[in-house]
Amino acid sequence: MQKTLKKYFLVFTAPTLIAFAFAFIVPFIEGIYLSFCKFTTVKNAEWVGLNNYKVAFSSGQGFWEALGFTSLFTLVSIVSINLLAFGLALMLTRKLRGTNIFRTVFFLPNLIGGIVLGYTWQQMINAVLYKYETTIVADAKFGFWGLVILMNWQMIGYMMIIYIAGLQNVPTELIEAAKIDGATAWQTLIKVKLPMVMSSVTICVFLTLSNSFKLFDQNKALTDGAPRGKTEMLALNIYETFYGRAGYMGVGQAKAVVFFIVVAVIALLQLKLTGSKEVEQ
Amino acid sequence: MKKKLISALLCATMVASMLVGCGSTAEAPAEEAATTEEAATTEEAATEETGAAEETASAEGGSVYYLNFKPEVDEVWQEVAAAYTAETGVEVKVVTAASGTYEEVLQSEIASEDGPTLFQINGPVGYQNWKDYCADLSGTQLYEWLLDKSISVTGEDGGVYGIPYVVEGYGIIYNNAIMDKYFALDGAVVAGMDEIKNFDTLKAVVEDMQAKKDDLGITGVFASTSLLPGEDWRWQTHLANLPVYYEYKDKGITDAAELELTYGENFHNIFDLYVNNSTVAPGLLGSKAVTDSMAEFALGQCAMVQNGNWGWGQIAGVEGNTVTEADVKFLPIYTGVAGEESQGLCTGTENFFCVNSQTSEANQAATIAFVEWLFSSATGKNAVTNQLGFIAPFSTFEDGEKPTDPLAQEVIRYMEDSSLTSVSWNFTSFPSQTFKDDLGAALLEYCNGNMTWDEVNDTFKTRWAEEKAATAAMAE
Repeated sequence: MQKTLKKYFLVFTAPTLIAFAFAFIVPFIEGIYLSFCKFTTVKNAEWVGLNNYKVAFSSGQGFWEALGFTSLFTLVSIVSINLLAFGLALMLTRKLRGTNIFRTVFFLPNLIGGIVLGYTWQQMINAVLYKYETTIVADAKFGFWGLVILMNWQMIGYMMIIYIAGLQNVPTELIEAAKIDGATAWQTLIKVKLPMVMSSVTICVFLTLSNSFKLFDQNKALTDGAPRGKTEMLALNIYETFYGRAGYMGVGQAKAVVFFIVVAVIALLQLKLTGSKEVEQ
Repeated sequence: MKKKLISALLCATMVASMLVGCGSTAEAPAEEAATTEEAATTEEAATEETGAAEETASAEGGSVYYLNFKPEVDEVWQEVAAAYTAETGVEVKVVTAASGTYEEVLQSEIASEDGPTLFQINGPVGYQNWKDYCADLSGTQLYEWLLDKSISVTGEDGGVYGIPYVVEGYGIIYNNAIMDKYFALDGAVVAGMDEIKNFDTLKAVVEDMQAKKDDLGITGVFASTSLLPGEDWRWQTHLANLPVYYEYKDKGITDAAELELTYGENFHNIFDLYVNNSTVAPGLLGSKAVTDSMAEFALGQCAMVQNGNWGWGQIAGVEGNTVTEADVKFLPIYTGVAGEESQGLCTGTENFFCVNSQTSEANQAATIAFVEWLFSSATGKNAVTNQLGFIAPFSTFEDGEKPTDPLAQEVIRYMEDSSLTSVSWNFTSFPSQTFKDDLGAALLEYCNGNMTWDEVNDTFKTRWAEEKAATAAMAE
């Protein structure tokens, strides 16, 4: 069996590998190459060495400010999304009436595109702020919390589904045993249920982390970085670098490469950290 | 047996992918052969200077691909393309980039084998970005026909790389019906629009009107100053053009690495007037888009709005609009500069045609022939004036062949008035989009009370210098 599998390995994987190479590996390597070039289109690239990287991290480029804002946003949204999603999952695994309707309702926001969501929330938040004769772009704080609310609204439903799946897999005999031993509801939750759903936590934290860190559409539509770039996240900063000035495509590309490395490192660290807490069933 | 089958399959896959890869290259030699032949005939045609001969010459082999900039006129372009193909047999493909994504689409399209042969840039700054792709157009008839050759985009080598195809004008659009209502009131500051010739009078009239807005049935004199990010180009580009124009004029220059902003206070004057006599409170301007402003004007909620002649479509298109065609007029943007009584509208262009120099010569010739047809044949000219509504800056257009919408008429009226001097569009020399965005952001902060005007002024100057230096560093 093993032998035949090995034999046919190429036949079955070649189409996928070829597609993967064309759609991912080739552009990825070209992207890294372009980050060392000055270019307008991918065809007229001209090697300039490390110059793009030097410019990318110089002050006035807003890279560090964007990184700071993105990190803060990611931290806040990871905590709030996972807490709320877990809470909802607990509530909706109690066999209440209409559980399925609730699950659907909470999941729905996830199906709406980022740009549409951004504009919708912009209108709603502005409608509230209208009373105070101000708008979401008046203060970076408004933009920050607006983004957090939007992200929560969109992501909670999805994470909730994952947590529900996890909670339903907790063996009932463990919970019964805990009950017989006299554990309170809180103790059962912390000492029995949570360790059993750690694999779900790993997935959810990973998803919220990478999605928050790479957030673009919602940021672009909700505030577009206003006021004065104070609510600009990394992806938007890269986009603005790319199209904001003539001749800065290479600098944007350099930032994108660094962005990739940062996301990859953080995500790997996180996977290792939460992965080590998982319990084998 | 099985091994053979696998290797055969793999070979087939490889060959197939290679075939795909080479599909376009296989055609290339044939195309090149046609190209050299084509080039010879085109040159001959050019020396003969007969448009017709040139058209027929380039009708062989080449095709045209125009990447259109304005989604609202996409249909018109498709019709024009079909008409040209029916007349000459030359294939014309028109693709429209979604609003605000022109640079992105152009960037990916032009890198492909059969990229756009005709595209557009926004002036000298755009040319810096695209100079590798711009063909020299100085030998074309289109350039010959250009009324004012100084407005074309030229390179360091003296070649002509971008030809403007439309002249536009902007100023303060006002609703004459509301103004007449005001002039009829007791104690009106002036008796008619003719008397508003400078900033002081304009300010007096506007402030008096704002005080009497209930009598006039309006919510404010000026439509909201849209400062939603991405919707602030009327201020950070168009209005900011005025102080730059006067400074350039004083110094006799057309570009500067640094600005003194000697007319910064004039910019402040007019901006304050807009913001303080508006339909909404200054703090709410960050939620307003251009369409909001135009809708307020169309519905008669305000008397004035700053915009260009392209805005007519937006005014006419608003449902329930109360403004009649005869009541839509232009007033120059007065800012309190000495001698501004003779100032006209701000007229110029930000739309320059460029021919892709990286495409085959047959395609280039076909493209030039298409553009020349567009601006010289009866069908083409009809589409340009009546459907696209362009005021075309070419000598091929007779007096009777001008657009008829009221704002375009007004622009023509101001341009033809020899006692007035038009303000040229110097924002084509603004350093970068980032600069404009930052200036717009500063204006928004000013309206929200987070920045003083001195800080706005400072942002204008420092960001200008920084962005000029930043783009210059990369251009080397």
